[in-house]
Amino acid sequence: MAEIYAYIPHSSGVADDTALEFPVAAGKIEPGASVTAIVTGSGADLDKVAESLTSAYKEVIKIDNEALAYPNAEIIRKVLCNIVPKGAIFLAANDTFGMDLAPGLSIKLDAAFAADVVDFEGIDGGSTLKLVRQELGGAVSTHVTCDISSGAVITIRPGVFAPAEEAEKAAGGSVTDKSGEAGDLSVKRRFLEIVEAEAGDVDITKSDVLVSVGRGIEGEENIEIAEELAEAMNAVVSCSRPIVDAKWLEKSRQVGTSGQTVKPKVYMAMGISGSFQHLGGLKGNPFIVAVNKNPKAPIFQVADVGIVEDILEFMPELTEKIKEL
Amino acid sequence: MEILVCVKRVPDTAENEFELNSEGNDLDRDDLVYSVNEWDNYAVEEAIQIVDRVGGSVTVATVGDEESEEILRREMAMGANNGVLLSDDAFEGSDGKGVAAILKSEIDSGNYDLIMTGAQADEGAAQVGGMLAAMLDVPYASLVNKIEVVDDKKLKVGREIEGGNQEMSEIELPCVLSIQTGINEPRYVGIRGIRKVAKLEIPVKGASDLGLDEGSVGNAGAKVKRVDYFVPDLGEGAEMLEGSTDEIIEQLIEKLKAKGGL
Repeated sequence: MAEIYAYIPHSSGVADDTALEFPVAAGKIEPGASVTAIVTGSGADLDKVAESLTSAYKEVIKIDNEALAYPNAEIIRKVLCNIVPKGAIFLAANDTFGMDLAPGLSIKLDAAFAADVVDFEGIDGGSTLKLVRQELGGAVSTHVTCDISSGAVITIRPGVFAPAEEAEKAAGGSVTDKSGEAGDLSVKRRFLEIVEAEAGDVDITKSDVLVSVGRGIEGEENIEIAEELAEAMNAVVSCSRPIVDAKWLEKSRQVGTSGQTVKPKVYMAMGISGSFQHLGGLKGNPFIVAVNKNPKAPIFQVADVGIVEDILEFMPELTEKIKEL
Repeated sequence: MEILVCVKRVPDTAENEFELNSEGNDLDRDDLVYSVNEWDNYAVEEAIQIVDRVGGSVTVATVGDEESEEILRREMAMGANNGVLLSDDAFEGSDGKGVAAILKSEIDSGNYDLIMTGAQADEGAAQVGGMLAAMLDVPYASLVNKIEVVDDKKLKVGREIEGGNQEMSEIELPCVLSIQTGINEPRYVGIRGIRKVAKLEIPVKGASDLGLDEGSVGNAGAKVKRVDYFVPDLGEGAEMLEGSTDEIIEQLIEKLKAKGGL
């Protein structure tokens, strides 16, 4: 039976949603496999998280040290090298912390590495783990084999291994304090501070309807076309990452894991391909209308209504028709 | 500051509609448009700007076939001083660790203060930078969206984290940074710029030049292997509205009214 460990991110004494996703992922790696949770931090917050995890995990390992109060991946990687046994499967979330931590950890543990896994299809012959990933911004999926004979470090895409709602959480686990085994915590990258995102002129999280633009808008001068549609719909304009990178709209307008999390009733995805990082910022099951000239755009797999048109021609016509109502 | 930037030639996601081949196990590669991985352009731009401020040089390196030379030339047209193509039949089928091992042997042959990669590339694994740092035993920061040179021993870097927030850290040199898009505005490269660097020599190095054991890289050394490509069946997907634009708009307006969009 595979030996599986999972690193549980947390903040302010509350475990991240992915805490409940690792056991689901482990069950897909090998039915019946159990997962040991590893949680690092400091003081009362850490104790609270560790205790809360005992309902979902039989075994919880906690590492308490003041140096771990802020989750610096450089330090935590060193700790994990002393805690995760050789040959084990180690799971982390493919979030900004996991991306910082995991690739280097796989080298230090001399283990295979698979990133951003969206599905597992079991283990063949004792050492070949079969899994599914996506490439090219979600345009295609791939079957991948991963030789786990000397262990593996795997990051899972947050949200895709969500447990069924009726799942029982009564593992009745216990917490083991391994703070003494953490080892040397000195590193060459020192955390200074968090700089909070600047508030923008418009709060896109407050709007029931968003007209959201992506690469399909093609140029800064065309933002106006989206603004006119938004005005006609009594909505506001939001966007995907490339628009902010190009500095055509402020960062505060960006929907996605690296931008804002929004819960509109209606989401008009205009020329947005639909990467998982973008969709990660879209909560509350909105009605999604996708307009994209590429019929294979991944957004059509998650949208409620899809239209294959060039947004630069479609939006002005829609605006006109709405104004006539 | 001596800076090495790792770059990659990838299918351009903005220019291609990806289709599977007739066997359904690989991309139909006949008409694919390739370009420099988008993240890498930001890394090269950042490297050039740092060298403009504090002096030094920028070298771009890639692992790929002979066609990858064109992207090195493009980045040299941006302002990178040197390029090196790491190419060998034995490199084919390398997993992330294999690519990192190839790059490491090139880095070992130089004297670099700073190594940069794009935060991710076409495979979306975001793995090579972190692996390189671990192999070189130097500190690493991923998703970097701000770099300040403090002195010749350390940098102050910002990482893009969830919610648009930025995590500031101090990191000692030498180090590896993976660069996030948006950190700067990569300069435009025109045909004339490419022509200017057309004759510059770009050395090509294979496994033996780099002192690499062929069994440790390429398909032979890979623990992680792609079996095939496929398009997942994700159920129904969107209800596609069809007809003339007027007809589509009429249907859409009815739906928007029903869902509270109008």
